Formats: sequence, C-alpha cells, structure tokens
Amino acid sequence: MATLTEAPPPPPPASPPAPSAPEKKPPRKRGRLTPYWLLLPGLLWLVVFFALPMIYQASTSVQTGSLEEGYKVTWHLATYWDALSEYWPQFLRSVLYATAATVLCLVLGYPLAYLIAFRAGRWRNLIMVLVIAPFFTSFLIRTLAWKTILADSGPVVSFLNTVHVLDVTDWLGWTSGDRVLATPLAVVCGLTYNFLPFMILPLYTSLERIDVRLHEAAGDLYATPLTTFRKVTFPLSMPGVVSGTLLTFIPAAGDYVNAELLGSTDTRMIGNVIQTQFLRVLDYPTAAALSFILMAAILLMVTLYIRRAGTEDLV
Amino acid sequence: MPVVNWLKRHLVVIAGLLTLGYLLLPNVVVTVFSFNKPKGRFNYEWQQFSTDAWKDPCGVAGMCDSLSISLQIAIWATIGATLLGTMIAFALVRYRFRARGSVNSLIFLPMAMPEVVMAASLLTLFLNLGAQLGFWTILIAHIMFCLSFVVVAVKARVLSMDPRLEQAAQDLYAGPAQTFLRVTLPIAAPGIAAGAMLAFALSFDDFIITNFNAGSTVTFPMFVWGSAQRGTPVQINVIGTAMFLIAVLLVLTSMVIGNRRNRQKA
Amino acid sequence: MTTDSSGDVRLSGIGKTYGAFTAVHPLDLTVPQGSFFALLGASGCGKTTTLRMIAGLEEPSSGTVHLGDQDVTALPPYKRPVNTVFQSYALFPHLDIFENVAFGLRRRGIKSVKKQVEDMLELVQLGEQARKKPHQLSGGQQQRVAVARALINHPKVLLLDEPLGALDLKLRRQMQLELKRIQTEVGITFVHVTHDQEEAMTMADTVAVMNAGRVEQLGSPTDLYENPQTTFVANFLGTSNLIEAEVDTKNGDDIVLRAGGGKLVLPEARCSAPTTAGGKVLVGVRPEKISLTHADDAGEIPEGRNRITGRIAHSSFIGVSTQYVIDSQVCPEFEVYAQNIERDPRLTPGADVVLHWSPVHTFGLDAAQDIDAGIDEQAAV
Repeated sequence: MATLTEAPPPPPPASPPAPSAPEKKPPRKRGRLTPYWLLLPGLLWLVVFFALPMIYQASTSVQTGSLEEGYKVTWHLATYWDALSEYWPQFLRSVLYATAATVLCLVLGYPLAYLIAFRAGRWRNLIMVLVIAPFFTSFLIRTLAWKTILADSGPVVSFLNTVHVLDVTDWLGWTSGDRVLATPLAVVCGLTYNFLPFMILPLYTSLERIDVRLHEAAGDLYATPLTTFRKVTFPLSMPGVVSGTLLTFIPAAGDYVNAELLGSTDTRMIGNVIQTQFLRVLDYPTAAALSFILMAAILLMVTLYIRRAGTEDLV
Repeated sequence: MPVVNWLKRHLVVIAGLLTLGYLLLPNVVVTVFSFNKPKGRFNYEWQQFSTDAWKDPCGVAGMCDSLSISLQIAIWATIGATLLGTMIAFALVRYRFRARGSVNSLIFLPMAMPEVVMAASLLTLFLNLGAQLGFWTILIAHIMFCLSFVVVAVKARVLSMDPRLEQAAQDLYAGPAQTFLRVTLPIAAPGIAAGAMLAFALSFDDFIITNFNAGSTVTFPMFVWGSAQRGTPVQINVIGTAMFLIAVLLVLTSMVIGNRRNRQKA
Repeated sequence: MTTDSSGDVRLSGIGKTYGAFTAVHPLDLTVPQGSFFALLGASGCGKTTTLRMIAGLEEPSSGTVHLGDQDVTALPPYKRPVNTVFQSYALFPHLDIFENVAFGLRRRGIKSVKKQVEDMLELVQLGEQARKKPHQLSGGQQQRVAVARALINHPKVLLLDEPLGALDLKLRRQMQLELKRIQTEVGITFVHVTHDQEEAMTMADTVAVMNAGRVEQLGSPTDLYENPQTTFVANFLGTSNLIEAEVDTKNGDDIVLRAGGGKLVLPEARCSAPTTAGGKVLVGVRPEKISLTHADDAGEIPEGRNRITGRIAHSSFIGVSTQYVIDSQVCPEFEVYAQNIERDPRLTPGADVVLHWSPVHTFGLDAAQDIDAGIDEQAAV
C-alpha cells in the first residue's frame, strides 16, 4: 500500500454528488404494449375454446327440453341431483380406480425414476428413450395389446391361476372366476400402464436435482440406506411426487378408454357415462351436469391435496 | 449370504427394470402380433407367422386415410400451438403486466382438467354455435389443449436464459429485431422444439377430445377405436410398430450425432 | 492520452428509482477521455445501475448522459458508441468465438470482418480457439473473448461490469495487469465497476466510492486511502482505527483533541469535519502507520507523536508483518500492523504497550456518522 510521509490536503471533490432538478420528460414507452400483443392470440384461443365452453356447459346443465324442441335454461338443478343419485357408483368407481392406479404408478414408477437418476450411469439416456418411446405408438393400440397379454388362455392368467393368486383376487372382488379381462383388475392395470410415464418423468426430474453428496452425508451421519431414503431422498423428491400423482390421478379419473376396452359393464367409470350420455343418448343436460360434477370434484381434491402436500409451483 | 446381499444392494435396479419391462411389454406384443395371421376378425390370439400385413400396410379400407388426416391435424396443430404458446411464454417471462396470476391459471387449468370434461364442454360450444364438426373443430380443439404444454416447455427454457445475452446483443449494435432473430430465437430453439414435439405427439395420439368433436371425420386413433368394436386388422400393429421403431431410431441417431459432435469439440 | 474530449462521459443529475426505492440518487460525474475510472462499492450500492445507464440498458429516471458533446440519453443501447464487458461475460453460447467477436461488426453492416477479427483474437492470444464454442474455453479465455468482442468495435467508452468477478485470485491479478495494459495501449476511456477495493486501486486512475446510491468520495486511489472523508470510505477501503475525540484547542495549523485521558494532534487540513471547540470529531489512523513500543521503553518515543496506551489482546504472525489487536481506553479493538523488521520478543498478548504515530498520518471525520459504516459491506465482499 502507498505510504506518504507528508499528507497532502484533502483534494477538492472533483464533482460532488449534487442533486439536480428532476427534468420533466415524458416517460419513453419502449414497447409497453408488447406483452399484451404477445398474449392476445393465445389467450383469446383459450378463452374462446376453453373458458367459454365451460360456461356453455354450465348453462346446458341447468336446461330442460328435448332434442326435437330445443333446450331452454330453466335452472332445473334437479338434473344434478338425478345425475348423482343415478350414477354415484360410477363416480365412486372412478375415484377408487384412479386412486389405485395412482398408488400403483408411484410404487412402480419410483424405483425406475430412482434407477435412471442415480444408478443408470451411461445407460441413463437409453432408458429414458425406452420410457418415452412407447408414446409414439398410439396408446389405443398399446391398450389393445393388454387384451392379448391378459387373455383368458394366455400365459399370465394360467400362471396366476396355478399359484392361486386369482382365487385371492376373486375373493377380494378384483377379478371374477378364472378371468382377468373384463374385471376391475384389468382396468386398473391398464390405467396404471397408460399413466405410468406421467409419474416417472416428474419423479425423475426432481430426483435428478438431488445432490448425490447428500446421500453420502446422510450415510456419514449414521443413517442406514433405508433411513437415508426416508429422511433425505423421499422428502426432497416431494415436488415430483406431488406433480406425478396429479398428472396420473386427473386423467385416470376422467378416462373411459381402459374401462371400455379392458373392462365390462360392471367396471364402467364416470367417463364412460359422460361419453354415452353425450354421444349416444344425447341427453345433454345430464351429460353436462355429470361433467361439471367431475370437474368440480377433481378441482376440489387437487386443491386439498396441494394444500396438504404444500407444493404450489407446479407449472 | 452373498446372494441375499447382492439382491439387497440391487433391489432398486431390479424393481426399476421390472417396471421398465411392464412399460415395454405391450410394445413387444404389438410388434410380435404384427406378424400374426389371425383366424377371425380380431388379432388377439397368436395363430401363425406371416408378413402379409407388412407387405400391404394400407390394405385395410380407411386406415391410411385416417393416418393422413391425423398427420395433417398434428402438423397444423403443432404449428398453431407452438406459435401461440411461444408468444405467451415470452410474454410471461420477459414482461411485467397486470393479471399475470389469472393468465397463469388460464394456462394451468387445461392441463389439470380431465380430457372428457374439456371434450364435452367444447362439444357443447360447437353444438350451440351450430358449427359443422370435422377437421376444423378437431384442429381447434387440438391447438387448445396443446397450447399449455408448449407454454410450459418454452417457458422453462427462456427462464434459464441469461437476460444479459440479449443485452449484450443490443450493446453490440443489434436492434430489437436483430437481437430476437440472432440471439433470442436460436437460444430458445431447443425449448421451442421440445414444445413442438410434445404438441405433435399429444395431437397425433389424442382420442378422447377428438372422439367428441370429430363428427364423421376419422382420425387414426378413432380408426383404432372403431376397429376394437368391429375387428382389429393386423395392419394396425404394423403402423404401431413402425412408429415405435422410427421414433427410437430418430432419437438414437440424434443422440449419437450429439455425442460425436461433443467429443470432437472437446 | 489525448486532449480530445469526444470520449468524455458526462453524467448530469442522473438518477434511478424503482417505485419507492432509489437505486441511484441524482449525481453528477465526469470521466475524462482516456482515463481508467472505477466505480467501487458493495453489492446494491448503485454502481452497476449507473454503468447500465451509461450503456443504455437502464433508462434513467432523471438527468442526462453525454458522450463528448453528444446527448445520448434517449438513444437505445444499439445506437450508442459504447460497449460493455458483461458480468459472467454473456458470450453467445450458440456462436463460436469468431462469430462472437464478429457480432458487433456484422450488425453494423461491415462485410469483410475476417482480418479484423483475426487480429483482435491475436491481440488477446486466442487465435487458435476461433472455431470453439464459448463453453469449451476456460474462465480466463472467456473473459478475453468478452473484451475482444467489445473492443473490436472501437467504442468511445468501454464499460466493464465486474469483469473479473468469476476468476480465481491468481488469474484475477494477471487479468488486472492485462486489462490495464490494453487500456494504455488503445487509449479508450474505461469505466470499471467492481466491489473489490484492491482491484479498483490497482487499475484505476480515479475511483468513485459508492454507497447506498450516492458517490461517497471521488479521487485517486492514494487520495482515497490516505484522506478518507467519510467513515464508509475509511472502513471500506482497507482498515481504519477510528477514535471518538473532542476538540480542545487550535494550535496554528493543527487541532488538539482530547480522547480518553490523552491528547491527539490532527492537522486541520486533514479534517473533513467542522472543528469548533468542544465539538466531536472522529480521529482515524491506518493500522500500518502505527508503531508499537513496550510500555517499559515509553521514554524512548520521540516528542510530537500521537500516543495511546493499551494492552495487547492478541497477535497473529502472517509472515511479512504481525497483526496486533490492542485493548485501549479510547478504542476497544485497535489494529496495528507491524512489519517484521526487528521484533521485540516482549510484545506478546497481555503486554502493556504504547501506540504512537505521526500527526500527519491522522485524519479527522465528522462524528455525526455511523462509526462502523462500511465494515459489514467489506466483510460481505
């Protein structure tokens, strides 16, 4: 550092910070409207083809009339009551099947996501491709393949029969007799299969962010591998668990493809009812009311779940 | 007990691979049964090996037409959704404006809504407006539900982009248009491409919303659905297998090229 | 250096507010053509905002920016003859090094860029790397690309926003000298923003110390260090011992002050505070100006030096010097740096000592200020 034998006088401040009179100037508008122009077309699209239809549907659900004479808004709220009292078993079934599929997806998907994130090494990319690639085969074709896999004379059913698993599931009401097809088990199996990637991908994303050294640190602090998982890995992967369960549960609850292709009339879900009412029976008010109840129920459950799980930024 | 220990250590790997098997099993079945020669109308039971369906993939009435309709819709829906979604994503990341929260919810809701609800309500709208159901109504619906996914994909990329890059471009004499073309767009491109690919896959494979709003137009998934009632031709499996193989090959080639490029430069 | 003033940067009354928060209070500042000017301060002091207003990346809430005689306040960044070396460089990741450097030339419609770019890359010793992508270069190389990318445009002013912040200490030293060399060579005005006081003092001709949106003091590095005029500058630039004292009498050009039981002498010219008898003044002295003598030898200290008695609280040996912390009546933690020329073995913790220094090394500050201003900021850096 410089040393001085003789101290010079303090220099006059070259240009002291002096407040000067604020000049009145019109604020320059550098593209203040740009965001609105950018948003306009897309939002308009969503308003007209997503939000507006919801309103139309709400209005339809309180209309009465017939196809021939036309419908009028009569605030006939009894439609809701009638729909619920007639179709509550399908509603209940949807929730049960979707819950079962979601739990299965979590149980099956977690090890695979963990494997890709921490244990796959140079195989990581290949496994990722294999998880995503089935998407490119139409999901209907893949769902139909389950008809072959679970066929009555197929190897899966005869194996399950030999080890008497089917006796247990029959007793539980999941299957009936020597069949798996056209039973709740087949539908849940199909739902699980169809939405599994939606569980694996968010799980993987949140697992991949975890620093591997945290595992080592936990081990260093006397945690067994199981404790490490329970106390460190799993809590840190919660965002993935939350968005994964939502991405699985919501479409599963509204699905009717699996119930139609793999199930029977005893496994009809609420999606099947809405589809039939809308496209075959043409009872629009009932269909609209059912669809509205489904939407409200799911939004309610999702809100409660998110509040419980405490992860708000899902987008 | 070395075996038990080995099992314990590799439990996760074994469980993960079993799940992977569960995911891939239907594709294996689809592929194997594309070489089947079924007796009846349905292709659910193995009879004998045959390459007939591979030699004549369009041999089923209407299937290749539906495939072409699906491709057209998917391409237009991808272009539309990517364009609109990218604009929204840029607005959300780069600008401050009023009603940000409502805009975010409007984008999030279509992803949190069961498809059947969106399908039914959109049909209500079209019926009320007296719209002719067909190609255009399907396209409108597809752009609608693909839009949000594009926004999410592009937003993630633009968020991770250093705003100083655009400032640097401006500092180096690039005007707003030049900055966007030379810097912003090339850097956001991977996100936009990811969004577009997602939109294409979602549109091409959509059944529920299409089923409600298609009228008499038949897309490929609707053809498959119809054949599940009437009889499943082997050609469906041929198309399914071909699409799977093309996708895997495309991804693997791009990965190999990417790896080689990285290695050369490093 | 030239006497041409086209490279002057003149800020008049320039300020920036974000809603209720004032990032930069309206300030006037002139950076003469060809000088190496540093804006020094802790993070959030407004130095980067000031720089960005010169670059045109931030719109000032008030005031004007002139480059030479030209008012550029209303010009967007891409129309200003100014270039920036950004914090963490902001190299375009999708373009190779050559294209990064050529970017500015191409945007101005210059067709044959090859020769210029190659010469520029040669100047920063990166000729070999022209076809690599930025992420394939080391931090130091990226930094040189950023400098080359800006300098190739022959700007009137080069703005540097913490350009060395991402480099390790050794490389930072090397690049400091390198940048200084380039600046002398090209003769362009450099405005350099940094939080590193050593960096500012090594490189700049003139340093403006900023705090909370205001320029605290402006001057040459020696001026700032030897004659700090606020407690912030005294504490932020190096270390200062500050003692609260009361004005006793005036004796010619000197002021005599009372502190604790003793008296201290301060040349009036070195005091930036009003000095009415009985008024309070903060007396400062840098730790390396102080000599340390064991209390037993107090008689050997020459007359006319300021002295304070105390006891060594602890000492740490750091090679070239030994740093002592002294407990004294007037100041609880007095820091003294003694060069290791002749070490007195009695100077160990617990020993009674006399601290003494020449009055010309004393400075006086306004006692109305926070005595600890700038200490936390320096620690945070």
